[in-house]
Amino acid sequence: MSKFEFPPAIKSRPVYGTLEARTGKHHLMIADAEGAEAILEIATPELMAKSHIIYIPKGADYGDKLRALQPAQYYEGPSYAASVQRIRHVLANAHMGLQIYLTGTEGLMGQAQNEAMQAGFPHTAIQTEHRGSVARRMQCVHCKGITEEVETDPFVCSHCGLNLFVRDHYSRRLAAYQGVCIDAEDPGNVPEPKGIYE
Amino acid sequence: MTIQFNDETFRDDYSFHNSDWAIKRFPFPFHEDSYMYAVNMEQHRGGPEGSVYEKRFDVDEHYVAEMRDRAMVLADDPLRCQSLPHMTLAGWDLLELIMVSKSEDYPDLFELHRDGDQWRWVNKPMGIDDSFTFMDETTLPYGPMEYITRQTQGDFCVLDQREDNLWMDAGIVTTQADWSLDFDIGMNFFEWHAPVPLAHEKGIFVRALKFLLNIQQGAPARRLNWTMTVNPLLDTSPENYHKWGIQKTTLTPENIGSKQHLRVELQTFFRLPRSNALVFPIRCYLCSFQDLMTMPKWGRRLHRVVRDLPVELATYKGFIDNRPMMLDYLSQFDDGLPTSPGVWPDFDTEPPLQK
Repeated sequence: MSKFEFPPAIKSRPVYGTLEARTGKHHLMIADAEGAEAILEIATPELMAKSHIIYIPKGADYGDKLRALQPAQYYEGPSYAASVQRIRHVLANAHMGLQIYLTGTEGLMGQAQNEAMQAGFPHTAIQTEHRGSVARRMQCVHCKGITEEVETDPFVCSHCGLNLFVRDHYSRRLAAYQGVCIDAEDPGNVPEPKGIYE
Repeated sequence: MTIQFNDETFRDDYSFHNSDWAIKRFPFPFHEDSYMYAVNMEQHRGGPEGSVYEKRFDVDEHYVAEMRDRAMVLADDPLRCQSLPHMTLAGWDLLELIMVSKSEDYPDLFELHRDGDQWRWVNKPMGIDDSFTFMDETTLPYGPMEYITRQTQGDFCVLDQREDNLWMDAGIVTTQADWSLDFDIGMNFFEWHAPVPLAHEKGIFVRALKFLLNIQQGAPARRLNWTMTVNPLLDTSPENYHKWGIQKTTLTPENIGSKQHLRVELQTFFRLPRSNALVFPIRCYLCSFQDLMTMPKWGRRLHRVVRDLPVELATYKGFIDNRPMMLDYLSQFDDGLPTSPGVWPDFDTEPPLQK
């Protein structure tokens, strides 16, 4: 089961939808891990003939199924960082009417959305669908370091080592949630970490 | 009057202090004996003589020391001042607004000489005398927003207006109540206020936004907000929270009167002419509990407000743990007598403390 119902949250937290095929001459689909399932669900031969899929498997096993859709262009990247130059290139050379579909983890969607925004796409025009891990991409407000794949609250900043609690406050520009020191007023008093949605 | 600028600090030895004049004009934020969020907006077109509301940009005895503190914060963390590329024009608007206002309102402190686009700006308290070309960034040592706000008390958010919303697209933020410009830049009005409890449900932000979108040139508005700060620390930033948070635990019954400060923000809103941006200065005033208690009305009222504040608000404002100790202290200054309506101290008419 790759779908997760997020609890209601504050207004800076992103809300994800369900992908639907839209009318357009070109379609850019960026997905990681279980995000592949969302693409498989909307794929039709007509859509795929105009689609460019950029997929980061992160250990998941959907590559063959996506390739079998016969998209116009297909790329499988070992990581988001390895794919970002290609994403920028596609966005920079896009024509009017490009449809963008992002699906998978929040970190992937957030970062790809940020690239699209910098290329001039309003964030409200980009489709998103969450699939797979609910881990968060966190920015430490103190050292500004990004810690990927955070699954527990609190967690230890992978850069400065502070104990951070996981806020729902989210920055599209950073594609990250905010982590804030949890024991500043009582050093060493750090609650036992538990899953973010537990 | 000529202002005597204090030589004082907002960190380390905390030599910040308010004169009797500054206490008397402190913008006490409670107009009645209780508090709940409200839009509480009013026109910003002057106010009683000598009050913080009188001038467009109030200059007080803390000016020079606050600007010194701002320079230190920016040297440590330049990300406290940011402006997205489309906001430069709004920066020039802001520079003009402040230079014109200050030179008109404080002619003994500031001078602005304009000959076409050749401008000369004299800031006597800070010893600045610069000539530059208006709208030419290369003639200033910083971008226009940063240049002028390094010389103006208060944080500044410069908000772009589009899609029936306001966007935090530029700002300088070094005296904030625990929020990060670097994190919030680029957010819209609802997003950057997202962490505030209760107010969304009460429709406060929808009403406030509607009001702000309609602010016109020459018709600025203002409101007050408040929180609590232990020690007169201006830079209560989330960036440095792991360093200053511990100070909240240093309160004792003996030092609370001098260490605990009521922190009040005078928020003003000006429409900018060329960019149609909205500038949102957030000016911070600090006053220790013991100085506030010299006004009998404020002593009675502050006790009642702090005592009756909903838990969510005391938590959000960061003083829930210290509230019992605050109440022990403040209750000494509340004899149960009624208080007069309004924010003014009414020192001459309120009866002295009856216990």
